[in-house]
Amino acid sequence: MAGADTISREELAAFLLRLADDHLILGHRLSEWCGHAPMLEEDLAMPNMALDLIGQARVLYQYAGAVEGRGRDEDALAYLRREREYTNCLMAERENGDFAHTMLRQLYFAAFMEPMWETMLSSTDETLRGIAGKAVKEVAYHIRHAGEWVVRLGDGTEESTRRMKAAVEALAPYVGELFESDDVTKAVAEAGIAPKPASLRSRFDAIVGPIFAEAGLEWVEAPFTQTGGRRGLHGEAMGFLLAELQFMQRSYPGAAW
Amino acid sequence: MPKNQIPLWEVFIRPRNGLAHKHCGSVHAADEVMALQAARDVYTRRGEGTSIWVVPSSAITASDPENKDENFEPALSKVYRHPTFYDIPDDVGHM
Repeated sequence: MAGADTISREELAAFLLRLADDHLILGHRLSEWCGHAPMLEEDLAMPNMALDLIGQARVLYQYAGAVEGRGRDEDALAYLRREREYTNCLMAERENGDFAHTMLRQLYFAAFMEPMWETMLSSTDETLRGIAGKAVKEVAYHIRHAGEWVVRLGDGTEESTRRMKAAVEALAPYVGELFESDDVTKAVAEAGIAPKPASLRSRFDAIVGPIFAEAGLEWVEAPFTQTGGRRGLHGEAMGFLLAELQFMQRSYPGAAW
Repeated sequence: MPKNQIPLWEVFIRPRNGLAHKHCGSVHAADEVMALQAARDVYTRRGEGTSIWVVPSSAITASDPENKDENFEPALSKVYRHPTFYDIPDDVGHM
């Protein structure tokens, strides 16, 4: 009989940390646009989405800390781990690039998370059901917002089309990692806590496909897939990101408002 | 409108069911879909609304401030238009 009690604490905590790290790191990246967006309206829209992501990361870290039972709170998990201990997908940590790159990355991640949260609305894990209930609405808006921009930039001016196509090419190697399976994803799937990542691929395609069609963009198959994030193996950009993210807590341990 | 400038939209928000949409500001957006999103992101961050309207600013015809006196001053001397000269029986309560 599958159920939330058939999984080990370590495996559940590992799964929660992955999810939390994805949201924290992508939320941090998105927040870097604050004050730099191409227009004031986007200068509010991107930090809005960043705050959604960081809010989701917070509750996931809190829950991960409780499951793990090692006395680490959300701040310890978010700010006081080393690079190799973060298990976010590589797409999340990528540098922002231009606006087209940021919007496409947001669309990809949201199109991966929306069916994930939707499935977790009926998770065997009660806490995750609650988190999913809030997140599913937030992520639906992220798809809409990023998707509308992808359409307008893809089907826009010569320059915007060129930049959008470049983003499709640049991000292609990072899509495959989202749907990878390993012992952790198998364990949570068997316990009915979360879906198998591979099972989300058709729904990801069903979200991204029509947007690409409207944008006049062609899907690009990556010549290879970048992988390693789930095992703590990160790209060059990650260390710089963490340096900025962790600076306050490292310099002023326990700093509070 | 100058070329290369993103159009301006006026934003109206309805705070609750039963109330009217109220003008709250403006946003720049390329089209009506993006204008609604921008309005949502700029003006409903603190739970201000349950419904949004956006209208191209160019679609609004405004009265000329120069005609302010002839438009509005004649009303100032007609206090009898305010319904404050009637005695309302106590039984009626709040109207």
